[in-house]
Amino acid sequence: MSDIANHPGGSFYRTENIPQSPPPVSTVGVLGWMRQNLFSSPFNTALTLLTLYLLYLVVPPLFQWAFIDSLLEGESNKDCRGIAGACWVLVPKRFGQYIYGFYPEPERWRVNLTFILFCLNLLPVLSDRVPGRTFAALFLVFGFPVVAFVLLHGAFGLEVVPTHKWGGLTLTLVFASVAILFSLPIGILLALGRRSEMPVIRTICIAFIELWRAVPLITVLFMASFVLPLFTPEGVNANELLRALIGFIMFASAYMAEVVRGGLQALPKGQTEAAQALGLNYWKSMQLIILPQALKIVIPGIVNTFIALFKDTALVSIIGLFDLLLVARSAVTDPKWLGLEHESYIFAAVIYFVFCFSMSRYSLWLERKLDTGHRT
Amino acid sequence: MSEPIIRIEGMNKWFGQFHVLRDIDLTVNRAERIVICGPSGSGKSTLIRCINRLEEHQKGTIVVEGIELTGDLKQIDNVRREVGMVFQQFNLFPHLTVLENCTLAPIWVRRTPRAEAEELAMEYLTRVKIPEQALKYPGQLSGGQQQRVAIARSLCMRPKIMLFDEPTSALDPEMIKEVLDVMVELAETEMTMLVVTHEMGFARQVAHRVIFMDEGQIVEQNEPEEFFYNPKSDRTKLFLSQILSH
Repeated sequence: MSDIANHPGGSFYRTENIPQSPPPVSTVGVLGWMRQNLFSSPFNTALTLLTLYLLYLVVPPLFQWAFIDSLLEGESNKDCRGIAGACWVLVPKRFGQYIYGFYPEPERWRVNLTFILFCLNLLPVLSDRVPGRTFAALFLVFGFPVVAFVLLHGAFGLEVVPTHKWGGLTLTLVFASVAILFSLPIGILLALGRRSEMPVIRTICIAFIELWRAVPLITVLFMASFVLPLFTPEGVNANELLRALIGFIMFASAYMAEVVRGGLQALPKGQTEAAQALGLNYWKSMQLIILPQALKIVIPGIVNTFIALFKDTALVSIIGLFDLLLVARSAVTDPKWLGLEHESYIFAAVIYFVFCFSMSRYSLWLERKLDTGHRT
Repeated sequence: MSEPIIRIEGMNKWFGQFHVLRDIDLTVNRAERIVICGPSGSGKSTLIRCINRLEEHQKGTIVVEGIELTGDLKQIDNVRREVGMVFQQFNLFPHLTVLENCTLAPIWVRRTPRAEAEELAMEYLTRVKIPEQALKYPGQLSGGQQQRVAIARSLCMRPKIMLFDEPTSALDPEMIKEVLDVMVELAETEMTMLVVTHEMGFARQVAHRVIFMDEGQIVEQNEPEEFFYNPKSDRTKLFLSQILSH
């Protein structure tokens, strides 16, 4: 009431809100959550119990197989006789190949260093607690690929390790991170181009997006790997990895462009108009007003595409690049490890899962952090 | 009298085949306050949106502050710096705080140092009676509060002209009052104002001139007293009888 007293005879302007009382205890906390989500109705309760029963059927035996009855140390598949559970023996023995492929052992520190530098560079981009986000993001796209190339491939006195020796998780990560890193900015430009009022730019962008989206990724990889060299002049022989990588980026960008366009279209026209009315030019209004909001809306879609990309890198094994999946497969063709397919593939799957699941969790965290649209 | 701040001559605009503005001639003097009314679809909003080129006109000339609006993007940007606009739907930027909404354009368009821009923003937020909400996000404010922030945001660019496009149409009655109060106070600062509104009380109180539009034409314009008590055209009489009868 003091609000009104502050403006005798004038208009009412609210300056303070009445403090809120807490909700009833039974609706919050663990019990409240369980009541709302697990036991809210008889049907829901039945489903909960059924699920618990199924978990009981599946999880303990799996745990038993993987951790209790299993064997970790051994020399070959002969040691697996009499083991009821998983026989992980090939994993520690072949660990180097899973991670580095045929990268020469004395040089593997370079891969580790690249990975650590990559993480350090990524940190300020992912979190605003570390300063220098803009610089780090620009360096990640324009500077880091050069650093990574020098370290991984070798130059300035570092021994050259040709790309056909790269493999395993290293190759998978190189492929995935390069594709992710480049597809987002290219996708954003394509999405903006597709909505451009300039007919030439719009047509080019539409043609690009539709063309790449309309072909299967495998076709793109085959084209890049086997067909493209037929057309390039003799002597000019772009690296096979690079060719596949470029095809992969183009493919990913086309998908990304459509995801970003979805976000652009979800924004009310008033946002652009308000930005224009304030005198912001096209690029500034995109950078400061439209893209921050549009990208926020499509974080789930973007991360979805990232995760799909990460897993699609497994397709490069078809054109003979030794990615994580091909390493996992070829490991068990060795007579020493015959019969251990389950273990080899499960190990690879766990690695894929760790990376994809982290991306998914990060995106959820980011969504929550950027959510300013509602009352808090 | 000095050179008019806005000069519109023989302006026509079409949306596709639809002739939305016909032969508009309008001269606005410095510090003049104009209220534009008329039935919906009469082209009022389109008219003021042409003044800062949110809509492109196809025929005739529009000169704002001595700058003619053509396809030249540089000219358009120059005009938009001088013209502030307040929208029916507020159009605040939801990802930025109230303060950031107000400092964005001064910092990025006028290149004002951040500290200075924030000081200016707080000054205008105080004028629209909302300084205590500066660090909140627009989604946490009521409609009336949002619209007052939108007014402050425009004023932070120190515009010479303010355009209001039905600023109170999306608000409930109590909030309409708080927004109109702010606009009345703004009127006392000799700001050039063009207001599209159906708030006839506001028109009587602050307008120098009331313009009535129908079917894309300016049907009648006059001082408020003359306009309300002695309308000339039958169309105006009909319109006024409809909106003043209850």
